[in-house]
This record gives sequence, structure tokens and C-alpha cells, in this order.
Amino acid sequence: MRTVAFLMIAAAFVLTSVALPQTPAPASGDAAKGKSLFLKDGCYECHGTVGQGTKDGARIGPPVLNVQGLIRYVRRPAGAMPAFTEKVITDAELTDIYAYLKSISPPKAVKDIPLLEQLK
Amino acid sequence: MARSQNTSPKTSQNTSTTGRRGFLKGAAAGAAVLVADVAKPPAALAQTQQAQRGPTPQPSAVQAARETNPPPHVDVYTTDRPGSDFMAEVVKSLGFEYVAANPGSSFRGLHESLINFGGNKDPELLTCLHEESSVAMAHGYAKIEGKPMLIMAHGTVGLQHASMAIYNAYADRVPVYIVLGNIQDETWRRSDVEWAHSVQDAASMVRDYTKWDDAPVSLAHFAESAVRAYKIAMTPPMEPVVLVADAVLQEEPVPDADRGKLRVPKLSLSTPPAGDSGAIAEAAKMLVAAENPVIVAGRAARTPAGLKSLVELAELLQAPVQDRRFRMNFPTRHALYGGGSIGEADVILALEVPDLWNATNSMTPVNKMGMETKRLTKPGAKLIHIFAGDLFAKSNYQDFGRYAEVDLSIAADAEATLPALIEACKKLITADRKRAFTDRGAKFAEATRKIRDRDLEQASYGFDASPISTARVSAELWNQLKGEDWSLVSDVTFFSYWPLRLWDFNKHYHYIGGHGAYGVGYQAPASVGAALANRKHGRISVNIQCDGDLNYAPGVLWTAAHHKIPLLTVMHNNRAYHQELMYVQDMASRAQRGIDRARIGTSISDPNIDYAMMAKAYGMFSAGPISDPKDLGPAIKAALQVVKRGEPALIDVLTQPR
Repeated sequence: MRTVAFLMIAAAFVLTSVALPQTPAPASGDAAKGKSLFLKDGCYECHGTVGQGTKDGARIGPPVLNVQGLIRYVRRPAGAMPAFTEKVITDAELTDIYAYLKSISPPKAVKDIPLLEQLK
Repeated sequence: MARSQNTSPKTSQNTSTTGRRGFLKGAAAGAAVLVADVAKPPAALAQTQQAQRGPTPQPSAVQAARETNPPPHVDVYTTDRPGSDFMAEVVKSLGFEYVAANPGSSFRGLHESLINFGGNKDPELLTCLHEESSVAMAHGYAKIEGKPMLIMAHGTVGLQHASMAIYNAYADRVPVYIVLGNIQDETWRRSDVEWAHSVQDAASMVRDYTKWDDAPVSLAHFAESAVRAYKIAMTPPMEPVVLVADAVLQEEPVPDADRGKLRVPKLSLSTPPAGDSGAIAEAAKMLVAAENPVIVAGRAARTPAGLKSLVELAELLQAPVQDRRFRMNFPTRHALYGGGSIGEADVILALEVPDLWNATNSMTPVNKMGMETKRLTKPGAKLIHIFAGDLFAKSNYQDFGRYAEVDLSIAADAEATLPALIEACKKLITADRKRAFTDRGAKFAEATRKIRDRDLEQASYGFDASPISTARVSAELWNQLKGEDWSLVSDVTFFSYWPLRLWDFNKHYHYIGGHGAYGVGYQAPASVGAALANRKHGRISVNIQCDGDLNYAPGVLWTAAHHKIPLLTVMHNNRAYHQELMYVQDMASRAQRGIDRARIGTSISDPNIDYAMMAKAYGMFSAGPISDPKDLGPAIKAALQVVKRGEPALIDVLTQPR
């Protein structure tokens, strides 16, 4: 379990930090549908319901990749994340999920969150 | 009437026409009368009930005669000195503060002796609702107090309940002292129940994961084995031990021949095994010469002295400490905490690391094809391991992990070895080396500061989310604990380690690590046991409680309420066995089907469990379920007031999965 956790953290690093080839994004998805899929298909299990990231999954909300980068990663993840093939989730559904992640507001700065600022 | 202990009841002659069993029936009847008197309702109520029931039948002439005439001669079976009184003396000599038990007939003699002959003090009896709770409470208690709690259980069904908790303690190197009741001599088993609750070799079921056991056949034997068991349990590597208390030995009088002769042997604890001086000198040479040493801490700090020594060694060498989180090894805000890299280290000093192979190697993750392993250390890196586990090993259960190749293996207790290692290093450090160490330390301090900033930024994501983020729960807790003397008595692996990333852990009792063998059901009772140990120090104990874990034996909440054990429990209520949910999700992805069905068999919802109501039912203050993060701070404040006045409290929080 600890090994898995470590590798998932490694995956998180890859997902958030490596610049994948940028290709034009497809038509924008439906954020409401995407949220529903994000919860139904279990994405939230590792990434949290607002994509905030956990010890088992990268922070993906809001995403740093474009939609093609996200789809490419989901199909062939580099770390411990399981691969989700087209048989279980379509590009259109992933585009909806991307729209949901994109709709998530960035957090306030740490200095503006007193509970965290006091921890500095 | 005293009966010789080695005399079978079938062959012994009792001159009584009533006999012992008859006496017991009589005693039971007498007790019933007493109970009836105590419970007698007020006269008016009694009259009303009488009227409802009709007239009471008058006793027959035979009954009247039996109750008014003097009985024929009866030998009343009493004793001034049951064997269990002597057992209690032995137990008391070992310094137990508490004895945890779910009551059982096979140890009723010892039970009675401890509460009456022993005055229910040192040890005081803790009423437990499950033997797994008894053992796990002792597990948590020992990690704070540094010594075992006594447990009593049936040698059969009680031990079966207790077994997983014993395995956890075994894998976690924690001393737990278990006394099992059993009726060894079949001629003393009075009913089918006593036959079903008797066993030929009681400890055999747990022998694979205990350090030592015995089944004494006399009181003198019991005394020696009891003291020996304590000594063995407390010698590193510390482990659970089992002692069988034969029911006949407990209940029958101390034989006349033994009176005046029985004595409690003297206990002399062994000094923990320290490393060989030559090996320590070699380790010091390697560490002082190293350019990039890394210290990996497993169960390194058994006591506050271990933490202090590790800080001294790390600061002396300016070497980063990677904590495997099995114990409170190193202050979490120390500049050397968590830094460094296994891959860049030229010398790695491992201290009591049970999963050393995992710390120094990687394997193909579950979702990738094949099964390859890769060494994480760079070529030529030297590995030193100080490990008491090398002094004691069993084969069946595989908690020892994969074989780790090391360059210098020191079979010894790390905490006991550290002072000599520190002195050996001091002798070798030149002014040049000291300057190099200082430069190295400054680098790690900067890296550690960056890690902390990154953690705080990460905590800000989802901070206002509902369900509430685990970072938010941790920050809210710290906001109210920071000025208190606190102790986190739960594992936080499933909480994304947020407390360890945010709070200031610097005392040994601030953290106690986790299960040992990852046997779920440990957390709730272990936190109660640890909180009990913290109680006399006035510390506020905090348990971040996984919902799945609590449901194994929630009755421990009643034990906490009944014994007024101050403990703040904050539910990590993600409504699932979430680790398993993720694994099933992995399998569904691999099989390319049903990725929306992984919650079947893993979720704990529909209906949702109301933990606040559960705690209330067990007699505990509670609040929740709380799903709005804004409500959390006030709820923690209210619950802490309850804990500060010496009682447990529970807050049900709907949380993010991790």
C-alpha cells in the first residue's frame, strides 16, 4: 500500500508538472455532466470531489493540462493510476469531465486563509 | 472445605449431603433474595402489582418446614484463600495499572480476586465489550505508557475474538500481556458450555504471532511464568505474551502444603540489547565520511529518549530523517525532517525499519503490466540497519517483509544503540567535516521550508469543499489544539497524512503510529487505550477515526464513556472502505468494464450510518454529521469542552475520501 501511495504521488507529479504536447482542444464539454461522471466513474476516489488531490491521486482541479493532454494521460497514465480505455469512458465523456475540472475555481491564496496562514 | 489441588472432583470425598454444587445453588438463591430485596418497589407500587397478579399462593407444609426448620448438616464451601488470590498478588507485583476484559467464566476466579482481594486497583478492571477491543486498547495504551496492560479472555472464544488485535500488536512490536482462562482437566468441566470453552493447548492459535506462552500446572509455576512472561514481553523486540490461568488453579483453595511457601519471584527487566562496539565504530566511520547520508526511521523511538537521541544524531551529522511514520521518531517541523533522497544517498542508516526493502526498492504498481523490481539506491550506496527484529523471527506470518540486502547489519535495539553511535561519531568528526555538515544542513533546511510551503498551498485546494477536505479538518483541529497539551492517538495514513504535514509534532506522545499489521478494527479501541494512558497526564487525546474501522467493535465507545476516558474522536466519514473501493476500481479499469460499479460491496451508505447517534447511544457527547466546513470549528470547540472535563466526545464529519 505504501508503495502504491508513493507511486501515485509520483504520478501526481507527472500529471501536474510535465508539459505534454499541446494539441487543439476539442469542442468544449458539459461541466454538469462532467461532474456527474467524475463522481459516478470513481475519479473522485483518488483525486477528491473537486479534484483537489489526495495522497493517492494528483491535484487536477483546475487542470494544468489541456483536454487532449488529459485524455492522453487517462488512456496511458505514467504512474500508478489505472488506464481508462475507450471501452469504459469515451473521449466525449472525458471532455465533459475536463469541463467540470476547468469550472472549479482556483483556491484563495494561503495568506488569505487564516487557518493556513497561522501555520506558516 | 479445602480440597487438594491434584485431586479429581470425581474421586474426592465430600462429607456434605449437599456438596459444593448444592452450596452454589443455595448461594445463588441467597443472592437472588438479596437482589430481590434491593429491587423491591415502593410499597404502593408493590400493592398495585399484587392486585394485578392476584393473591400469592401460600407455601406448602413441606416448603414451610424446609424454610423454618434447621437444615441437616451441610459443609459450606468457602475458602479464605482461593488460588486466584495468589495469582492476583503475582499480577499486582508486575505493576499493571489496568486489566481489560470482556467477562468470561473461565477466568471468573481471577476476576473476583482482582476486584475484591486486589481492591480493583493496580490493576483496575476495564469493562470491554469485545476481546478485540481489550487487546487493541492495550496496544494503544502501551505505545503511550511504554508498558503492557493486562488482558483476560477465554482461552477459546475470547482468544478467537482477540486474535487479529494480537497480530496487530505483534507486527507493531508492542508488549501486550494476555491471561487466558481454561479448564485443562476435563473432569472439572461441568457442562457442554465448559467443554466448548476448554482447549488442549489454548495459546496454540496465536503462537505464530506471540513471543512466548505457557500453561502453568501449579500456582508456583504460574508465578514464575507470569514474571518470566512480563520480562520477555518487555525485552526488545517487545511482543505480546500469553499465559494460561487454569480455572481449577484459580478457583480451588491454595493447597495447605503450599501455604506459607508460595512467593512472587522478583522481576528484573533485561536491559535492551545494544549494538556491538566494533559494528558501531564501523557505522560511525561510514556516516561521518558520507557526503549524502540519509537516516530512515521505522520504529526507532520506543520512548522519549529515542526521539531525543535521533535528533542529536541527525543534528550532529546534519543528516535528513525520512520517517516511515510507525512511531513519533522525529519532530515534524525540524529542518531535517523528511528531506534528502534515498536515490542520492551514499550512506543510508536505517533504524528499526520493518519494511526496509520497500523503503529502498520499488515494484511495478498494480495497474502496470509485469512485476519488476528496481533498486532505488544508487550504485555503491552503503546500507546500515540497526534492527531488533533480527533477534526474533517467526516463519508463518509474513510481516517480516522482503529480504533487504544491507552492508552492515546490527542486530540490536536502535534506541539503546544510538547513544553509543553518537559518541562514536563525535570522536571522528573533524573541523573540516563539521563545516561540510553545516553547509549540508543549510541546504536541507531550505528544502524542508519549500516542502512546507508546498503543503500549505496544497491544503488550500478544496478548502471550502463539502464533503470537508481532510486538510481542512486538520487545520481546524490544529487551530484549537495548538495551545493545549495534546496527543494524536490515531494513524493518519488514510487522511493523506495532513496532521503530520501541518501540525507541530515534537513530543514522543504526540503520535503513536498505526496498526502494525493493518488489521482494520484497531483504531477505535487503540485510541481509547492510548487516551487512558494520557488521562493521568492531563493530555487531550485526539482520534481521527475511519468509519469502516469503528464498525468492527463500536462498543468501545461505551467503554470510553463508562470509564470516563477523555478522548476527542473526529470521524473520517467517507462512507466507504475506501482503500478497497480504489482497488476494485483498479480491477474494473484493468478488465475494462463497470467502472461505475466499484462501490458495490465497498461503500458504507444507503442507509448512511449516523455516528453521532451511535455515540449518543453509547452514552457519549456527540455532534454531527457535519458537512459544511463552517460548522466544524464550533463543533470541535464544544466537543473539546467535554473532553477537558474528563469525558469522551465524538464529532461525525462527512469527509473527502482521502
